[in-house]
Amino acid sequence: MIQIQQLVKRYGDQTVLELPDLEIPKGQIFGLVGNNGAGKTTLFSLLLDLIQATEGTVAINNIPVHQSESWKPVTAAFLDESFLIGYLTPEEYFYFIGDLRGVSKSEVDSLMEGFSDFFGGEILNQKKYIRDLSKGNQKKVGIVATFIGNPEILVLDEPFANLDPTTQIRLKELLKEKSQEQGRTVLISSHDLQHVTEVCERIAVLEKGHLVQDIVKTPQTLKELKAFFAKQI
Amino acid sequence: MRLYMIFQRFIYLQWRAFRRSASFGTGVLFKILMVFGVLYFMAVFALLGLGAFYLVEDELGVDPLPFINDYLIYATSFWVVMRYFLQKMPVINIQPLLLLPIKNKQVVHYMLVRTLWSFFNVGNAFFFIPFSIVLINEGYDPLQVLSWHLALIAIVYCLNFINIMVNDRDGWFYGLAGVLVGFAFLQRYEIFDITQWTGPVFYAFFEEPALALLPWVTLVYLYRYTFKYFSNQMYLDAALQTPKSEAKQLHLDWLNRLGRTAIFIKNDIKLIMRNKRSKTTVIMSFVFLFYGLLFFTGSIYENASWKIFAGIFVSGGFLFTFGQYVPSWDSAYYPLMMSQNISYREYLESKWTMVVFATFVSTILSSFYLLFGWEAYAAVLAGAVYNIGVNAHLVLLSGAFIKTPIDLSSNKKPFGDKQSFNTKTLLLSLPKLLLPMLVFAIGDWTIGEWAGYVLVAFVGVLGYFFKNKVFHLIERLYKSEKYNTLSAYKQKT
Repeated sequence: MIQIQQLVKRYGDQTVLELPDLEIPKGQIFGLVGNNGAGKTTLFSLLLDLIQATEGTVAINNIPVHQSESWKPVTAAFLDESFLIGYLTPEEYFYFIGDLRGVSKSEVDSLMEGFSDFFGGEILNQKKYIRDLSKGNQKKVGIVATFIGNPEILVLDEPFANLDPTTQIRLKELLKEKSQEQGRTVLISSHDLQHVTEVCERIAVLEKGHLVQDIVKTPQTLKELKAFFAKQI
Repeated sequence: MRLYMIFQRFIYLQWRAFRRSASFGTGVLFKILMVFGVLYFMAVFALLGLGAFYLVEDELGVDPLPFINDYLIYATSFWVVMRYFLQKMPVINIQPLLLLPIKNKQVVHYMLVRTLWSFFNVGNAFFFIPFSIVLINEGYDPLQVLSWHLALIAIVYCLNFINIMVNDRDGWFYGLAGVLVGFAFLQRYEIFDITQWTGPVFYAFFEEPALALLPWVTLVYLYRYTFKYFSNQMYLDAALQTPKSEAKQLHLDWLNRLGRTAIFIKNDIKLIMRNKRSKTTVIMSFVFLFYGLLFFTGSIYENASWKIFAGIFVSGGFLFTFGQYVPSWDSAYYPLMMSQNISYREYLESKWTMVVFATFVSTILSSFYLLFGWEAYAAVLAGAVYNIGVNAHLVLLSGAFIKTPIDLSSNKKPFGDKQSFNTKTLLLSLPKLLLPMLVFAIGDWTIGEWAGYVLVAFVGVLGYFFKNKVFHLIERLYKSEKYNTLSAYKQKT
């Protein structure tokens, strides 16, 4: 589904990301962990063609993302608040994304009904613009919007940060559900080892731009990861 | 820390912010152009200051001082309007300073003192100093001239602080502007002459030097009032907060018949209605409708080329104020736009449709220019065709190069950048205005005035056929500039 080939990103002579060949197969929940500056967001930005790779390519369905825009209809992402339109109400934002992805208003409405407990009654019909919502609620809007139109690939940067405990638990269930539907590929990054190991089937550890571990989850994974990051101190 | 040391640090911060902004490149170029502009105005003011006395005396045969005093009310109100749109509010990022060991009062003092150096204040000296010197030279009492002069300085600075306060309240401003336009109208048609009431007030500062203290006392009061107002507002839930308004759902489904361009048009309508900055844009383009009055009623611009200039502005207000900033209007969520399934073509098409529609509406609304003769409305019509055919492409093209992110809510913060209509936009508009004037002049000189209008409209129609080509070019630009634009928009102004 996603192919990464000898991907390098440099700013001047500073290398912020340098990855070997990496393949993320269809239907996998892929987790990315690492300390600040490890290159998690850089990798996602490269995947979404928001920044240019210095060397190498990222390809979705074997087509490099910077050469063709054919990846756009099958990919949905929420990296930060710059993926939200502040002056819209959450409903209008969902309809806008629906319009872009060819999903009708009523389909969006029925999809949103399924999220009413996830929203905790603070999103829909609140007479508030997205810009006036709290950080956590904005995040909920952004995450849910990525589900519109059943994209084959979901990319979420730090989805658990800023969320309340109830929503975190609900989100973990949701992500697992979503990946089982139609073999959807899910990429998430997180600082929280526990969340990542709970959700993901495969976990990659980045350190200063390099891939230092790429493991398939086993019952020992959380322990190993904790030991790994404790060493860094 | 002493006040001046704090000021020093603030100036240093400001310099850094300027040097490190994404628009530094264009920033410097425009700063240079603006310096030239300022020098030009200083020279014009100084010459006016020296010449005004003799001009009034010789041409009108009246005592110049009372005459100038009569018209000061209009001069000052015009200045207020200019300030409102052009004077930059001092920008400094307050929030991080709140917890530092600096007194909040010092921050406010700095903000206010900085405004004193604005060209809108200092520039006046270039007119009034030469004028006062001429007065003394012509035998007016030096003490009286001095008191008059000092009173005017105080009034200029009073306006400065009033402007800062009014900037927060659009309603006040438009009310005030409306009243003054009303008075000008009444005077023009000799119904009521306000200068008979205000002239003596200004003249009193000359006749009774002690009265000059009055504006100075007002100034001190205004400074303290402004200072107090902002000192009390230095809280996260006061001036530093963006006010929240209740959301109203807008149903624009009837637009869906336009196909996929409707998706963006619906969004843009919401953008315009729900953000202060873009709302001001629409109000401005409405004001542009009346711009032609300056040209078609007065005898100042006898040259017919100026009529085309006016025609372009009358119908193109929205085109210039909105079109110029495509795609910056969407800067806050540009990463979203770039990762969604959006074709540049549809995006551009939607903006183009908005601009063309607004031009169309402006043209219909400005049919009242027929009252000033067919030439006036012909100029508007020719200008409108040219706007749709040529300028609509040009603004979208130049927009691809403007990489200044727009903070849609900026008008709401008292110390934010409040410009919704800035010098940069004005300067970039010039090429779009000079070309049609030239085309008109060619037709006007060779055949006649009507041929000039036809020629301008013809160039407009011709330009329309290049739409596909230009859109293609803009698309390519958007694509090649994509990564630069994304990183520039990441910077907050």
